[in-house]
Amino acid sequence: MAARLASLLALLAIWVAAAHFGDPRHLPGPAAVFTAMGKAAASGELFAAMGVTMARVAAAFVVAMALGSALGYAMGRRALFDQIADPWIVALLNLPALVIIVLLYIWVGLNEVAAVAAVALNKLPNATVTIREGARALDPALDEMARVFAFSPMKRLRHVVLPQLAPYIAAATRSGLSLVWKIVLVVELLGRPNGVGFEINEAFQLFDVSLLLAYALPFTAAMLVVEALVVQPFERHVSRWRPRPA
Amino acid sequence: MSPAGDLGPLEVRIARKSVTNAAGQPVEVLAHLAFRLAAGEVGALIGPSGCGKSTCMRIVAGLDARFEGAVARPPGPLAMVFQEPRLLPWRSVEDNIRLAAPAVDEAELASLLKPLGLAEHRAHFPGELSLGLARRVALARAFAVRPALLLLDEPFVSLDGPLARALERELVALIGRRPVITLLVTHDVGEATRLADRIFVLSPRPATVLGEIRVERPRETISPAEARSIEDQVEALRGAA
Ligand SMILES: Nc1ncnc2c1ncn2[C@@H]1O[C@H](COP(=O)(O)OP(=O)(O)OP(=O)(O)O)[C@@H](O)[C@H]1O
Ligand SMILES: [Mg+2]
Repeated sequence: MAARLASLLALLAIWVAAAHFGDPRHLPGPAAVFTAMGKAAASGELFAAMGVTMARVAAAFVVAMALGSALGYAMGRRALFDQIADPWIVALLNLPALVIIVLLYIWVGLNEVAAVAAVALNKLPNATVTIREGARALDPALDEMARVFAFSPMKRLRHVVLPQLAPYIAAATRSGLSLVWKIVLVVELLGRPNGVGFEINEAFQLFDVSLLLAYALPFTAAMLVVEALVVQPFERHVSRWRPRPA
Repeated sequence: MSPAGDLGPLEVRIARKSVTNAAGQPVEVLAHLAFRLAAGEVGALIGPSGCGKSTCMRIVAGLDARFEGAVARPPGPLAMVFQEPRLLPWRSVEDNIRLAAPAVDEAELASLLKPLGLAEHRAHFPGELSLGLARRVALARAFAVRPALLLLDEPFVSLDGPLARALERELVALIGRRPVITLLVTHDVGEATRLADRIFVLSPRPATVLGEIRVERPRETISPAEARSIEDQVEALRGAA
């Protein structure tokens, strides 16, 4: 903890020094950034932008995880399905994010559906491949046990399958959240009239680095809080049965 | 409670079961393995290690349909104690049992756990149990189901002598209480003699039934001479093969 704090303070010190010796237009010091942040917060614009962006992150994340999990599970369990769907997933995995975003804006229109779908589609193959790994690693011995004791499909999913997939779901969540929020900003920059990405574009037009950081830093901090308060407790909860090393 | 006679028999006729080994060659595991158990009976399969006993159990349980032949099971719930405990590591002992046997009530659960020495382990996860304890949980789970067909694949190994005997008595009590057909795999002729109505002696792989020994007064105390005679019959069947 102390090492982390020291490291963070060192980063801050470097920032202050660099701002002091460099061009303040390119890199404003912390004070300037906090002033800009305070102004954006006081006017309510900062929170409005963060709220809109968070909502997009959440929607795209939920859609991608739900579809990706279902698809990955099916592909991991059924070899034929895997062979059919795999080329699509590989293609999607290698399609640049920007291409997907622009295509969807052209095909669907400059609207919320296109924006969320574009982000979800960028995350989808990644979630699918991770969950597929998990589905392939499911223990056939426990499957047999569930069959012998006539577990219903729901019971099997909840008590046999999901606990085994939990580490994979956690991994997909972790990598997914960071991927999704980065792409959401690009989507907003390209075709939405609000959100953190839109505000960053404004700052770019004005060459206002203070304003840019005033939006980027709080949002990054918010995502770190989500990670610490949601993702990590979830991971601890699903692994509570594992015997702890002495 | 309905008498034992209401249930159908267990009829196993496996003409052939082969598996493909890692090198891609077919390996015959079971050949002409057939036996029958009437309602309420206990059958014991004894045979050398690797002869195909677990393979046979999986077929009887309906887990493996890729074999030539047919299996007729008595209607009603199935319970199995696999060769390994096969508990859900992320569920407590109690949850493992309740998931398999949702109908079990508190009093019944307590009366199952106590004689198996599991009363204080209810809330533990399987990872916190010794192998012997985990095996007992697997037994409790199978008993809790009130099965019509109970399959036990070497259920008492890795337990010490007195404990194994205590569990044998629990099994005998269970069989006495409810109509159930039991199929038991064991290496121990003594155990088979104490528990079974019929002992099926299996050959080395591919397993076939070398012969069937009927136990005259099953699950009653028998003289050392009678026990000795059964052991001799088993040896004779094995020797003749
Ligand atoms: N996939 C496979 N490839 C090759 N051989 C196999 C395969 N599956 C099973 N066998 C063989 O089938 C035989 C029967 O296995 P099985 O587990 O039924 O034996 P078992 O009688 O239960 O042995 P044990 O008493 O040690 O539990 C073994 O000799 C094993 O090597
Ligand atoms: Mg075996």
